Amino acid sequence: MSPRLRWRKIVSGFMLTMTGACALVSVSALFLILGYLVYHGGTSISWNFFTKLPAPVGESGGGMANAILGSAKLLLLASLVGVPIGFFGAIYLAEFSGATSAFIVRYAADLLNGVPSIVIGIFAYSLVVLPFKHFSTLSGGFALGLMMIPITLRSTEEFLRAVPNSLREAAMALGASKSRTIATVIVPAAYRGILTAVLLAFARVAGETAPLLFTAFGNRFWSQGWNQPTAALPEMIYRYAIAPYDDWHRQAWAAGLVLLGLILVINIVARAILSRGIAVPRS
Amino acid sequence: MPSAGPVAGSRSFLSRLREGDEIARMVTFLFAASVVLVTLLLVFDLWQGSVLSRHKFGFNFFRTSVWDPIFDHFGALPFIYGTLVTAAVSLILAVPLGIGAAIFLAELAPARVSDTLEFFIDLLAAVPSVIYGLLGVFIVVPLMRQYIQPALKHTLGFLPLFQGPAYGIGFLTAGIVLAIMVIPYIISVSREVLLSVPRDQREAALSLGSTRWESTWKVVVPYARGGILGSIFLALARALGETMAVTMVIGNTPAISASLFASGYSIAAVIANELTEATSNLHYQSLIELGLVLFLLTFILNGLARLLIVATSQRGAGMGHA
Repeated sequence: MSPRLRWRKIVSGFMLTMTGACALVSVSALFLILGYLVYHGGTSISWNFFTKLPAPVGESGGGMANAILGSAKLLLLASLVGVPIGFFGAIYLAEFSGATSAFIVRYAADLLNGVPSIVIGIFAYSLVVLPFKHFSTLSGGFALGLMMIPITLRSTEEFLRAVPNSLREAAMALGASKSRTIATVIVPAAYRGILTAVLLAFARVAGETAPLLFTAFGNRFWSQGWNQPTAALPEMIYRYAIAPYDDWHRQAWAAGLVLLGLILVINIVARAILSRGIAVPRS
Repeated sequence: MPSAGPVAGSRSFLSRLREGDEIARMVTFLFAASVVLVTLLLVFDLWQGSVLSRHKFGFNFFRTSVWDPIFDHFGALPFIYGTLVTAAVSLILAVPLGIGAAIFLAELAPARVSDTLEFFIDLLAAVPSVIYGLLGVFIVVPLMRQYIQPALKHTLGFLPLFQGPAYGIGFLTAGIVLAIMVIPYIISVSREVLLSVPRDQREAALSLGSTRWESTWKVVVPYARGGILGSIFLALARALGETMAVTMVIGNTPAISASLFASGYSIAAVIANELTEATSNLHYQSLIELGLVLFLLTFILNGLARLLIVATSQRGAGMGHA
């Protein structure tokens, strides 16, 4: 083996090893994050965390029951905004639209998907909060819902398009109308994909904080109603992490563990649903 | 495309209406149109909401660095500077790491290993930014203060970049946290693009006697260059618009300093901190203008990224491979 060839082989081996190291470092970030959260947050999670209101400064104990309920309410609202628009919009794109209108809708959705979450927050603030002169659960849900729309829309459309045309043609040949075909053949065939899309969109907005700062705003007590400010888990993590109290830091870690656990579980479930067989069995 | 096939077209409007097709089309159209409407409204809202500030300061808004809510004078330079510097630091760290990992996943790892690792990378991408902020505040900042910044000062302290007191917070820390956040995006997209490179490209290079690395670096990566660049643009757009993690570790001081150890401010962070407490209309509108700037930046970058990625993947797919 010539020295030159040997050198080239050494370089090859070294660089390929380095790429492996890069992959290892990147993936280990996930486990480091999980590890730190379990280590710091695990000890602070107790029954109280899920059932009690935040304790006043200086008093230890307390929990984040209001933030958990707040997050649930916000996510419910977000789903009410994001899922129907995303789902029916996708049906329009996949089944009814012409080329031009589909391009415009897709373009708008991609644009909306790329908007930084803080800008979504500004939009919700000026559109919902300022006119009503109120921080509110509704405005927070609206902001999160906006973020759900493009994710749901684009992936649902892809899964609908993946349904083979032979199914459509078979239904039509039996005399079914187009709307009936969609409702009884196409959507059921793609339901796994659609469910995955919705779950992923849900997980994505569950951890969003920036849009909530101007809309749901935060609240140290139970929210008084849908048009009143409410606490939310990610927003509480932010406020507690930058506060100077050790006790709050422990709560922030606990909240972080709960939030990340929830998001990772949703992600894993969503992917499991999808991978348990392709939506349409191949003939 | 399945729409408006000959079957649907041949029936009269009335019969389609009776069977519900026309109604279904209209209803779903309304939902789809609302997406367009909301997006237009968002752009209009940012444009209209910043009219005062745009007229009063004009281009000087981007050139002056006085941010003074008391005398109602607003210049955005420190925020733009902070945003660009943190994004640059994050890319310098994330690009080599991300591309290296993508090469491993696409070229070396067996399919099962690659898919498993990609699954973890996808999960990493799902970690919310406030969690990164939390770890940034309690893990990265102390590490920076005690070990990394003193070490950098010791070895590279002659550069103005690494001078000044080591507080832990600042541009460098924000850049590092951002780097961890954007790596999954670079890896996922670059891996897809690399996988779409036709197999014959590799085989041709190997048959000419190149080593595995040479075929990867001199043939496969150049072939996928456009798409990889696209993944970097995506990451950049994400880094520029990131709010929570940056706000928590950058220090929130509207100042421009050469040192990466100094604390600064970013566009997204100042919006997050001041929008609800804006003292005057002009203050509020200046913040909206910053939002507009952020929107335009990410809009351009995302657009470019999408073009590059689609162009590169289709080039690969055109050869008969997915």
